Amino acid sequence: MANEIIKELSLGFPIFFISAMGILLVIFDAITGKNKIINYIFAIAILSITICSAGWILFSQYYNEANNLVIHPISMGMLAYNGYAYIFDVIFGIAALLTIIAAREYNERAEFEYKEFYSLVVLATSGMMMIAHSADLLLMFIGIEFMSITFYVLAGYFRKRVTSVEAALKYFLLGAFASGFLLYGIALIYGATGTLTFQTISQKITAQDYNNLYLILGITLVFIGLSFKIAAFPFHQWAPDVYHGAPTVISGFLSTAGKAAAIFALILIGKNIMFVAIRTLDSNHIITLQNILAVLSAATMLVGNITAIAQNNVKRMLAYSSVAHAGYMLMGIVANTPDGWAGASFYAAVYVFMQIGSFAIVANLEDKDGEYLDFSHYSGLYKTRPFIAAMMVVFLLSLAGIPPFAGFFGKYYIFKTAIDAGYLWLTIVGIVSSLISVYFYLRLLIYIYFREATEQILDTSEPRAAGFTLLISAALTVLLGIFPSYLIELLLYLR
Amino acid sequence: MTELFLTLLIPLIGSFALLFIKKEQMQLIKYVAFGFSVISFIFSIALLLKFHSDNPNFQLTYEKVWIPSLDIGFRVGIDGMSLLLVLLTTFISPIAIYSSFDAIKKREKSYYALLLLLQFAMTGVFISLDLFLFYIFWELILIPMYFLIGIWGGKDRIYATVKFFLFTMFGSLPMLVGIIWLGQFIGTHLVHVPNGFTTNYELIRQYSHFIPIEYQKLLFWAFAISFLIKVPVFPLHTWLPDAHTEAPTAGSVILAGVLLKMGTYGLIRFNLELFPQASFLYTSLISWLAVFGIVYGALVAMVQSDVKRLVAYSSVSHLGFVVLGIFSMTVEGIQGGIIQMVNHGLSTGMLFLCVGVLYERRHTREIEEFGGIARIMPAFTVFLGIAMLASVGLPGLNGFVGEFLTLLGAFKSPFLGSIWFTVIAATGVIFAAVYLLWMFRRVMFGTITNPANRGLKDINKREWATFLPIVLFIVWIGVYPSTFLKLSENSTKKLVNKLERIKFGKERYELPVIPEISKPNNTNIKNNQ
Repeated sequence: MANEIIKELSLGFPIFFISAMGILLVIFDAITGKNKIINYIFAIAILSITICSAGWILFSQYYNEANNLVIHPISMGMLAYNGYAYIFDVIFGIAALLTIIAAREYNERAEFEYKEFYSLVVLATSGMMMIAHSADLLLMFIGIEFMSITFYVLAGYFRKRVTSVEAALKYFLLGAFASGFLLYGIALIYGATGTLTFQTISQKITAQDYNNLYLILGITLVFIGLSFKIAAFPFHQWAPDVYHGAPTVISGFLSTAGKAAAIFALILIGKNIMFVAIRTLDSNHIITLQNILAVLSAATMLVGNITAIAQNNVKRMLAYSSVAHAGYMLMGIVANTPDGWAGASFYAAVYVFMQIGSFAIVANLEDKDGEYLDFSHYSGLYKTRPFIAAMMVVFLLSLAGIPPFAGFFGKYYIFKTAIDAGYLWLTIVGIVSSLISVYFYLRLLIYIYFREATEQILDTSEPRAAGFTLLISAALTVLLGIFPSYLIELLLYLR
Repeated sequence: MTELFLTLLIPLIGSFALLFIKKEQMQLIKYVAFGFSVISFIFSIALLLKFHSDNPNFQLTYEKVWIPSLDIGFRVGIDGMSLLLVLLTTFISPIAIYSSFDAIKKREKSYYALLLLLQFAMTGVFISLDLFLFYIFWELILIPMYFLIGIWGGKDRIYATVKFFLFTMFGSLPMLVGIIWLGQFIGTHLVHVPNGFTTNYELIRQYSHFIPIEYQKLLFWAFAISFLIKVPVFPLHTWLPDAHTEAPTAGSVILAGVLLKMGTYGLIRFNLELFPQASFLYTSLISWLAVFGIVYGALVAMVQSDVKRLVAYSSVSHLGFVVLGIFSMTVEGIQGGIIQMVNHGLSTGMLFLCVGVLYERRHTREIEEFGGIARIMPAFTVFLGIAMLASVGLPGLNGFVGEFLTLLGAFKSPFLGSIWFTVIAATGVIFAAVYLLWMFRRVMFGTITNPANRGLKDINKREWATFLPIVLFIVWIGVYPSTFLKLSENSTKKLVNKLERIKFGKERYELPVIPEISKPNNTNIKNNQ
């Protein structure tokens, strides 16, 4: 027994560590005085240790599906320790780390640096990791709620700014509504199968021991709830306002890691329920559901990209385009195959780096009142800020899906899985919408490189620590584009 | 293989090396860029020496797995056709770089780095033997070209560069779907590859003609649209006059010299080789478009008042011959098409350089502004005359060889079956003489009406050095084309054999029996349909 406890402690070290430390950090906030740098450094240290330990476990053991079968003594089977979970641990950890590094000087410039910012980001990350490790619908729900509640607070972090408060309120009201759907769906799935553990659910479905109507209703409601969280059409209305109103670094964090976490929840549902149910006798409903999801994914891509064209505000453009990227990730869920999940995970990972990078740039160029966000303010940036301009090229071209950047391979793989699964039309919609997206990403590049500066951007300095965020995300964007096989082979191996 | 690698990678290395030079050291930047480009050219000559022109298969191949689960690899190699185009690329690029030494006066470092990056991507397009790799290089071209036109271009550069980018993207995205679909179909239905997906060009080429015709049709267009836009074939040509006119001189030289050939190369390499049955169906349609483009391009070129725009429209006309030759599917036609690609690269490249010479001196390209230049710039007149006559297709210069062979091919073609293609296309040659000679007369001869032209200096040493090598090859191809035709002959014969075997059931040409070097491993072949 003791051995098993030690084994689980070592396996679950990343999630245990970050949860415990997150709570300690909150207490620590209250104890320490006005010195914010200590919290900043602690948060970075906690995240680094988490990333390293998750990465080490991943690479030293290559966790696979078989590990799910073991009931671990501490968590009683609530936590799963498989490879996918660790990969997502690393992704969430890096996202949080990049955000925190970029955030400090942003908050300082806005004259609004409080210590709890860092602890909240760490806590949100632990919520995400809870989703990644959940072996149980209930834990998944708790993880999503935990993540969302910290996000509500973070979105309203600039409490003196009306837009920020509005964003938080909007996010909270709609998010709570979505959580209701999610919970109701989980309850119905429980009603249909009599259990909340993923493994047992799939066993029951395979054994045909479930109520079909409740199961379908449950899955539908869970999908609606999660669609809210990833901002998929028609539940995307909140996203642009929230991403626009929230502090810019936080928008980057919400729209990437938050989205990746919700996508992971969708993968869990897909893997353990949809994929199993489609092999049973009455798979018709599941196929219908898949088709509905395909339509939603197509609409998400188109709506996100078409509305992004009309934007004149860079932050809002990124917000709308982030809706579209949710559509691409959904394509992997629609495909409902191990390849599709690998594709969605790969895209989520890549998306984290390129979007956090571009939001970090927007954050760096903002002045202290959150102004200077229009396209025209970016004119002639190549001359005034050559480093930032060059980084922006990498992120924008990657977001537009142009090789050799990682965004291209992400799209390539997702399109491939969709074609494999017989969704050629969805791929064509995806292609059309990426063509549309090229237009507005290029439009920003035109301002940055081809126009001369009309007015100087005031009140900003060259990025200091945020430069690391940019460099790391740009490096990962390029490296994952040129050597995608490292991540994609790992994802496929672990499926 | 080493030569191939070095030819490909040296421009890329050069591009990175430039980043480490301070931007104040302008001379150093220029010569480093030029040096890397020349070294790449030298290695491509070594490539030529190692190449066996008897062997119709891919040579100097190299394969390294890149993404194992998708059977995507870094597969490169050359055959006769790609060799010629690689040589054209490595030849034109240093000239383009050298020609911009005086013309480019802002942000030199990025300019030369982008030109080298462009050279890297163009070489990659011509040597890749993997559809995924090909697509990467194909799209990579867009990035440097977008900035080259957008930053160093003329007045309407932003409009032109966005149009160029969107047109190309519009074409290449269907190709992406095509590549995925093709890889998946071949990998799961025709050949067993480990994960049911492959982008190995040679493997696909062996089995793609077993794809049912209704799918082949769709795949044909998925690939063809992107190539036809790039060529460009009427009615997809509208990006070209803008992009050519607005691009800086070196950009136009590379656009006309090499970039357009990627389209025609793709038509041979992918459409003819991979989808033969569909090609038989559409050969008339595309040939009509090509013929129409020949006449249309020539007529529109006639009424242009801007010299550069005139040359740009002449490209639409000249590339029509290439497409006509390719879709005649005869050895003469395809050989003519290939040599015409090289010719067009040389003569139109030189025409753009000449326009650049005028523009640098007068900062205008309006034909009206000039007149009587011949008296002030005699040496320049000779070079412009040679380029113009080569472009017209004067026997003894290179243009004649290509146009003659393509027309001959179209005439003899068992696939086209109508002489009207040749008849109408041949009028294009006459029109070309009209618009080019007329332009030449208006710019060069007559009295000097515009006082601004009086003080013009004749071409300097650097300009001599850019023109002379091109003239050498213009005359060489014109007088003794078989040096170049021989290189691609066997590869072309092999392709035509395949096409005729599928269509008529017999092969006409004998080829030396040389076993294919790279056999796909890990595959076992399913019964075909």
